[in-house]
Amino acid sequence: MININHLSKVYQTKKGEVSGVNNVSLTINEGEIYGIVGYSGAGKSSLVRCINLLERPTKGNITVDGVDLTKLKSEKLRQARLKIGMIFQHFNLVSQKTVFENIAFSLKAAKVPSNQIASRVEELLAMVGLSDKRDVYPGQLSGGQKQRVGIARALANDPKVLLCDEATSALDPTTTKSILQLLKKINKEMNITIVLITHEMDVVKEICHRMAIMQAGKVVEEGDVYEIFASPKNELTREFISSVISFDLPAHVLEKVTGTLVKVIFKGEIAGESIISDMVQKFKVKGNFLHGSIDYIQDAPLGIFVMELNGEKNEVSKAIQYIENRSAHVEVIKDGI
Amino acid sequence: MEFDVNHIIELIPELNTAFLQTLYMISVGLLVAVIFGLPIGILIFVTDKGLFLQNRFVNQIVGFIVNMIRSIPFIILLVALIPLTIKLTGSTIGPKAASVPLSVAAIPFFARLVETSLRKIEYGVIEAAIAAGGTPWMIIKDVLLPEAKSGIISGITITVVSLVGTSAMAGVVGGGGIGDLAIRFGYYRYDDTIMITTVVILIVLVQLIQIIGDKIAKAVNK
Repeated sequence: MININHLSKVYQTKKGEVSGVNNVSLTINEGEIYGIVGYSGAGKSSLVRCINLLERPTKGNITVDGVDLTKLKSEKLRQARLKIGMIFQHFNLVSQKTVFENIAFSLKAAKVPSNQIASRVEELLAMVGLSDKRDVYPGQLSGGQKQRVGIARALANDPKVLLCDEATSALDPTTTKSILQLLKKINKEMNITIVLITHEMDVVKEICHRMAIMQAGKVVEEGDVYEIFASPKNELTREFISSVISFDLPAHVLEKVTGTLVKVIFKGEIAGESIISDMVQKFKVKGNFLHGSIDYIQDAPLGIFVMELNGEKNEVSKAIQYIENRSAHVEVIKDGI
Repeated sequence: MEFDVNHIIELIPELNTAFLQTLYMISVGLLVAVIFGLPIGILIFVTDKGLFLQNRFVNQIVGFIVNMIRSIPFIILLVALIPLTIKLTGSTIGPKAASVPLSVAAIPFFARLVETSLRKIEYGVIEAAIAAGGTPWMIIKDVLLPEAKSGIISGITITVVSLVGTSAMAGVVGGGGIGDLAIRFGYYRYDDTIMITTVVILIVLVQLIQIIGDKIAKAVNK
């Protein structure tokens, strides 16, 4: 659905050139929710703004639904934007216009006949659950409600793509959840491709199918969200994951560890199998759980356990081999012998 | 310094005429300022760097003309515009004639105030309108003007108050109005009563304009 090819964005400032996005290539498939994660200044915001050409790329090109946006002139580009919705961290509603007028703006931009505007706006309001707020001003709404209006405005013209620029970063955790559920519903029911940029791993874990991690304008890791959570390759990725799934052991616990410290990762269905208890029965090792949990990423279980294995060196390595053979992943954190 | 109440009563017809003349000059000046200044202010804003109708050439030319007119002292503009005034009104004296330089001075003044109030709009709101596929005209009409409405009304208030001041100056060249009255009677004839009365009228007028303007600006803000 979206093809980003060797995209670079360089900003001219008084202090010289500043690189925002540096040679990024990504493919975002139709119907998926794609998360772009990074700290502020990583270039994710520039990247997402290049997708609907709010910012013109310095190099490279972007195709959305087969159309190379970088080649479009103003009126054609405006038409293309009607099919790319966007929501923002600070909602960006027109404060002096009612909820109805804010949403109607998108429809007017698409030259929807005026006698159809009212019914369409009401349809959109029902979808985001704000039918009773039709004639109020944004100032009277809560953050979550404002974002719902933003979503209604973005979806007014049945776009194929929805860009979310830190859409939940200004919201409290409960509201964030409800907005994410709404995005999930939109993605499923309307088959809209969603590109979501965020610095919160929680958001990605909750709704994204695939993700990219950005640092200094570059994508440092990219792939399936579950796979990345299960086996992150980049240091930064690990850092981000540890913000939602942390297995740091307190120093006094680590000091007492005499055996081999391992991290066992179970992916998918096997998280529910009795691999560990089988292992303890089969080999002359003692297992001691120090930390662990089963997380659900996209409703698929991911079990991660940190345990200490005590026993003879040979038995311990055989035990580790056994766990690996049963398709779990073992990472030795500290070799006890 | 003497203040004679009977003298005021004597001069009520004169004061009345002068007051109406002042109102006339302010009204014409304001009308012209809004008609021309509003689009000019918008033009300067939307053609600025990073905005949706970015155009360095237009922006700088318009900006230069606005600055140029604003830098000319009003009293000189008054004289310099005499040919234009004669062309438009056929005269150089009276409130009608004085309205010409008043309007010319008010246009760039108001245009800058409009531009300033547009600059206060959060850029994200404009960005969202662009992302939604809004045309430049739609963005001006449905985003910029509503969002800057309160600021523009404050700008109108400031412009009216400034017009009260400049219209009084028009009295120097026989423009009529309260300022003219103050100069003819108060200054040339050392008539303290008239001087004080006109000053008081001007003070009350300005206070009223400011209070009403602030009220409206607040009322329209949602």
